[in-house]
Amino acid sequence: MGRKIFCLMFGVVVFFGWAVSGWAKVLPPKPNAPLPDFQLPVPDNPAYRQYLGVDGDGLFRIPQIKARAVIIEIFSMYCPFCQREAPRVNKLYEKIASDTDLKSRIKMIGIGAGNSPFEVDIFQKKYRVPFPLFPDKDFLIHKCLGETRTPYFIVVAIGPGSSQKVIYSRLGGIFDFDDFLRTIRSRAGME
Amino acid sequence: MKLRGWYMLACILVFPFSSALAQTHSQAYRNNIYDPGMLKPRDSRLKVKVGEKAPNFTLPSLSGQKVSLREFLGRKNVVISFVPAAWTPVCSDQWPGYNIVKDIFDLHDAILLGITVDNIPTLFAWTNQMGKLWFPVLSDFWPHGKVANEYGILRSDGVAERALFLIDKKGIIRYIDVHDINKRPSLEVLVRELQKLSK
Repeated sequence: MGRKIFCLMFGVVVFFGWAVSGWAKVLPPKPNAPLPDFQLPVPDNPAYRQYLGVDGDGLFRIPQIKARAVIIEIFSMYCPFCQREAPRVNKLYEKIASDTDLKSRIKMIGIGAGNSPFEVDIFQKKYRVPFPLFPDKDFLIHKCLGETRTPYFIVVAIGPGSSQKVIYSRLGGIFDFDDFLRTIRSRAGME
Repeated sequence: MKLRGWYMLACILVFPFSSALAQTHSQAYRNNIYDPGMLKPRDSRLKVKVGEKAPNFTLPSLSGQKVSLREFLGRKNVVISFVPAAWTPVCSDQWPGYNIVKDIFDLHDAILLGITVDNIPTLFAWTNQMGKLWFPVLSDFWPHGKVANEYGILRSDGVAERALFLIDKKGIIRYIDVHDINKRPSLEVLVRELQKLSK
């Protein structure tokens, strides 16, 4: 009798574990799919608030950013590739910021996977990152975005009524800025 | 028999959840990280205590020179970072983080010594993926894990614990963190301990 109960429990637990593992497996968002819903804290820094066009003391969602497209970099202070890429990512920001047509339409943010505010602050200062970075200490956003390796770039197009869809989703650095920006312009309908 | 049954049940319960624990892998390592899964958080018994003199050691470093703890006496505070093994998930993140905070170590007149029980060629290949490290990386490979064993952090499978020791300029241990091997120690905590030394 005891053995039967144990076998039954064994079966239930195996099935339950398998099912949970299946649910837990979230893949990175693909182009044309909506960005998974998550919120970020409104930055304290007034310059970042102005850059993103967000206000208040609470949380905001990506589609609330005043832009036609938002480039999201998933990074980690502990990731050597992200460290090496940081100066190039800054150059991408500068290229956008120096383009009168693009600077108000494409915004950039970074999300530090598994990084505390202290760690994100270190990365921001070390590499003089000019755009807002947000901590994701407990990997909550990272999980929601499919637990990607780093650095990972997602671009979200924002349409009328805060509609949104992913238009770019790729692991690794961005090597050709012109091609990348042309792709974003085209996919976000900015041409 | 009953006990064994419950033990099996517990293992089955834990397994599916453990695989879902989050961690990032830098693309720098591509597919070269071996994931050992969830390990027993701690598997050794410390042989040193805060307030005691740190046991001296001399180990070969990646640069080809030998490094002794005693050479920092009266000169530098020393942070020893033992990590379990090259090419494993958390270890491959931990030192690259320390690599960009040299200024914090300098501010507190401290040197970092990174130690694993891997051999020099393995450490060479592994740390090459991290970029140029500013701190010495030491091999406690032979006699295998001798230093880790003297500090009481050699696990039963022959790798070291993920442990931090902060040793002041007098050679006295001021802080020990034998961390859960599956998790990265908080950088804030280490920085706070370094700040205490400067007071």
